[in-house]
Amino acid sequence: MTDRTAEREETALASPPIDWIPILIPVAVALIALPLIGSFSTWVTLTVAALAMGMIIFIMASGLTLVFGLMDVINFGHGVFISVGAYMSLLVLRPLTGWVESPSLALNIGVLVLCILVAMAVSGMFGLVFERLIIRPVYRQHLKQILVTMGGLIIIEQLLHVFFGGSPITIALPQNFRGGLAIGPDMIVERYRLIAVVIGVAVFLAMMLVLNRTRIGLLVRAGVENPEMVEALGYRIRRLFVGVFAAGSALAGLGGVMWGFYQQTLTIGMGLQVLVLIFIVVIIGGLGSIGGCLIGSLLVALVANYTAFLEPKIALISNIALMLVVLMWRPQGLYPVVKV
Amino acid sequence: MLARILSGDTPRSPILTVALLVILFVLTLAPFLFSGAQPLNVAAKICVFILLVASYDLLLGYTGIVSFAHTMFFGIGGYGAAIALSRLGPSWSALALGIFIAIAVAGMVALVIGLFSLRVRAIFFAMITLAVATAFLVLASQLSGFTGGEDGLNYSVPEILRPSFRLFEQPIFGTAVNGRIVTYYIVFFAALFGFLLLLRVVNSPFGSVLQAIRENEFRAEALGYPVVVYRSIASVVSTMMAALAGVLLALWLRYTGPDTTLSFSIMIDVLLMVVIGGMGTLYGAAIGATLMIIAENYLPALMGKLGEAAAGIPLVSSFLSADRWLLWLGILFILSVYFFPTGIVGKLRTLWQDRKSKATQKRDGGTTGEAI
Amino acid sequence: MPDPLLTLEGVHTHIGRYHILQGVDFEVPRGSFTVLLGRNGAGKTTTLRTIMGLWKASQGNIRFAGQDMTARPTPEIAAAGIAYIPENMSVFSGLTVRENLLLAARAGKIDATRLEWIFSLFPAMQRFFGSAAGTLSGGQKQMLAIARALIEPRDLILVDEPTKGLAPAIVANMIKAFREVKNAGATVLLVEQNFMAAKMLGDAVAVMDDGRIVHRGAMAELAADHALQHRLLGLHMDAHQ
Ligand SMILES: Nc1ncnc2c1ncn2[C@@H]1O[C@H](COP(=O)(O)OP(=O)(O)OP(=O)(O)O)[C@@H](O)[C@H]1O
Ligand SMILES: [Mg+2]
Repeated sequence: MTDRTAEREETALASPPIDWIPILIPVAVALIALPLIGSFSTWVTLTVAALAMGMIIFIMASGLTLVFGLMDVINFGHGVFISVGAYMSLLVLRPLTGWVESPSLALNIGVLVLCILVAMAVSGMFGLVFERLIIRPVYRQHLKQILVTMGGLIIIEQLLHVFFGGSPITIALPQNFRGGLAIGPDMIVERYRLIAVVIGVAVFLAMMLVLNRTRIGLLVRAGVENPEMVEALGYRIRRLFVGVFAAGSALAGLGGVMWGFYQQTLTIGMGLQVLVLIFIVVIIGGLGSIGGCLIGSLLVALVANYTAFLEPKIALISNIALMLVVLMWRPQGLYPVVKV
Repeated sequence: MLARILSGDTPRSPILTVALLVILFVLTLAPFLFSGAQPLNVAAKICVFILLVASYDLLLGYTGIVSFAHTMFFGIGGYGAAIALSRLGPSWSALALGIFIAIAVAGMVALVIGLFSLRVRAIFFAMITLAVATAFLVLASQLSGFTGGEDGLNYSVPEILRPSFRLFEQPIFGTAVNGRIVTYYIVFFAALFGFLLLLRVVNSPFGSVLQAIRENEFRAEALGYPVVVYRSIASVVSTMMAALAGVLLALWLRYTGPDTTLSFSIMIDVLLMVVIGGMGTLYGAAIGATLMIIAENYLPALMGKLGEAAAGIPLVSSFLSADRWLLWLGILFILSVYFFPTGIVGKLRTLWQDRKSKATQKRDGGTTGEAI
Repeated sequence: MPDPLLTLEGVHTHIGRYHILQGVDFEVPRGSFTVLLGRNGAGKTTTLRTIMGLWKASQGNIRFAGQDMTARPTPEIAAAGIAYIPENMSVFSGLTVRENLLLAARAGKIDATRLEWIFSLFPAMQRFFGSAAGTLSGGQKQMLAIARALIEPRDLILVDEPTKGLAPAIVANMIKAFREVKNAGATVLLVEQNFMAAKMLGDAVAVMDDGRIVHRGAMAELAADHALQHRLLGLHMDAHQ
């Protein structure tokens, strides 16, 4: 039994395994769509809309995928933090209507930033409570996790009902963010979409910076791969997890504000609706993978926007079809997270 | 004989036995025990939901997989019957065709979803079914030419099933046996038959393998059972039963729409019924469905009254209003997952077992501590 | 004789329904190099994991540096000064070699002289210092796993079969490295199937079978007694090496 040595020669260093194919897919989809759509300006409009939507979905989905990666927790309640965030913007918009309607760009930006801060703070806090009360008792029990987080979603949705009423609420974009911006001959894109893209990219870059350049980020990346080994190195993964959970909930809240403005209507069920998209995104991207989450978000948004233009009836199920195709190709998603 | 019908799976608790007998008795004689439309309506709904919830328990309780698409299959059954009856007219052959197509479609869709998602991880199934069910709901409310859209479909049923039809000249026990009552008995017996069939499935060798898989997937795989195949078959059987339940509801209501079959709140109801009744026992499905349907039909009114009584107190009244029914259900749901994971049936059974083993201990002078 | 650094007394461990460790007793004297031997499935890995708190002992107790560790959570055990190099190495493949080491250095930065020392143990490492750990070969991963345990001083290092599946040249490098580590005064508990390597490194030895310790003694004694080797380990002289 001592002859298990040998074999596995020291092979030459492999090149870094960046898997380019998934990255190229959204680009390919966009290029294929161009001749189908026919008009370049329509294509630009649709693509910008998709990028905006994709970045918002990414913001909302990133927390879910990290939470899963770190602790193997699947949170069906994640969607409700989106609704919470969106409704929290009402707390800012209602007293500050003057800022919304003001022609001053500074006040407009101010009100948006305030909305975002309040929403992130409140949904982050909800996340902490949710983790403590609902998720902690059912670690490592997927079945119960699915059930109780769904229960938690219902409860928080109902609380929103109590405080904000059940009917849809329309909200107005700040003055300067309304309408379109001509970016070329015949080419107009909505201003808010550009803002959404900018905020989305900023959040993504900040997240990458944290994940790649800070110690916490290092811990998160290592923890997603092998939580046990992180503990064996002397770090408390639980604390890290609570932090990531709260941050993920706060990001869902931020996404909620942006989604609310995107649609300019708030409904209590909006979180659950988006949750479905988010699930599709994280399944496509590979549960636990941040890069996969970004590509999945963009892909879902591009496909949704293009098919809605080309064949509205199909648009309803285009995402499901997309998911099935991806799963047929890579059953674990575009970037399977290597778990030990 | 009785044990044969129950596939050897007896209630194993006297209180449970009594409860089940009461449910069976009342449901059997419902048309003659109550007058008015409302109680019979409740009874028919109970029958349909016992079947629906029992079929869901085959998935959740016995196989350990969570699906959020069960109401989709319920809806496929309902729409199958509804579309056939409204397109082809109220004939038995149209109904039969509708049932056949609905059940076949349900089984096939379940198979496709299963093969895609059960292969990878169990949680994929929950997420994918949620996505698919949502898409289906949107589809059903958008394709109005086919499904009637948000408004749903109204249709006539075969003549024998119409209220104007009289089976006998004379009333029986003072009740005129009209088409509604005939329909009720069709619903009742079909549900009973489906329930007993499910009981047979879960107590068969196939059912034991499912439970072995639920307990330890890897061991079952190592013992040579193809886990994906077993799970997919369970899913197919379960969804076909759900489709049957949908057909029964469609027959009873003579209306099928998104709200009666597909909506997410029905899915939540079903989950609750299974958990509260007791996962992994079909009797739990019967108890859970009965309790919840009764509660849903009579409690909101009560809550409404309480809410009115508390009308002066601003926040309290809005928590108590009949619309907040779901809030309390959600709380009840979480509490029961935490504190009564085996539900009412599990609780009753352990109570009875403790009692029996205490009795044995007493008799044997307390020597057989471990005997159960 | 000073207190041993690590003591296991009557340790039982259950994994699920299985009773794996059935009363493990042994100690690791401070400054010693103790080798834990035993057949496949004897429970060696389970013993190390129980020491780290990755499985919880259901009975018995584990003392480290005078403190009771039995019920402590893993991070506390690690922070008390135990490094663990698991059987499958568990390097973080999405992180670079440098990042792996940076994470293992709880001070938050890599000590330059320590790193020099590690490079002197594994010269090859300088070449792949910037690569993602996932791209490394088995031997390189093992070097990284060991380096992770050495990047800061630890009182006790637990190593699980570091030579498993490696080419002879790399095994030789490993052995040389562990000799250095030993000379530097570290206390090591090594699980090893390769008796040749075990013999060259160990001062003390414990042999496990079926979840129990069946032999304890000096390595020199076991190395000299072929009959005992045969009985305990099923070795036919040094036929394999
Ligand atoms: N996660 C687990 N679940 C169930 N049994 C386990 C688990 N891990 C280990 N065992 C069992 O515990 C026993 C001891 O395993 P352990 O890995 O500790 O042995 P080992 O001495 O390290 O063997 P090897 O030389 O093969 O590494 C084995 O019989 C194994 O099957
Ligand atoms: Mg081992």
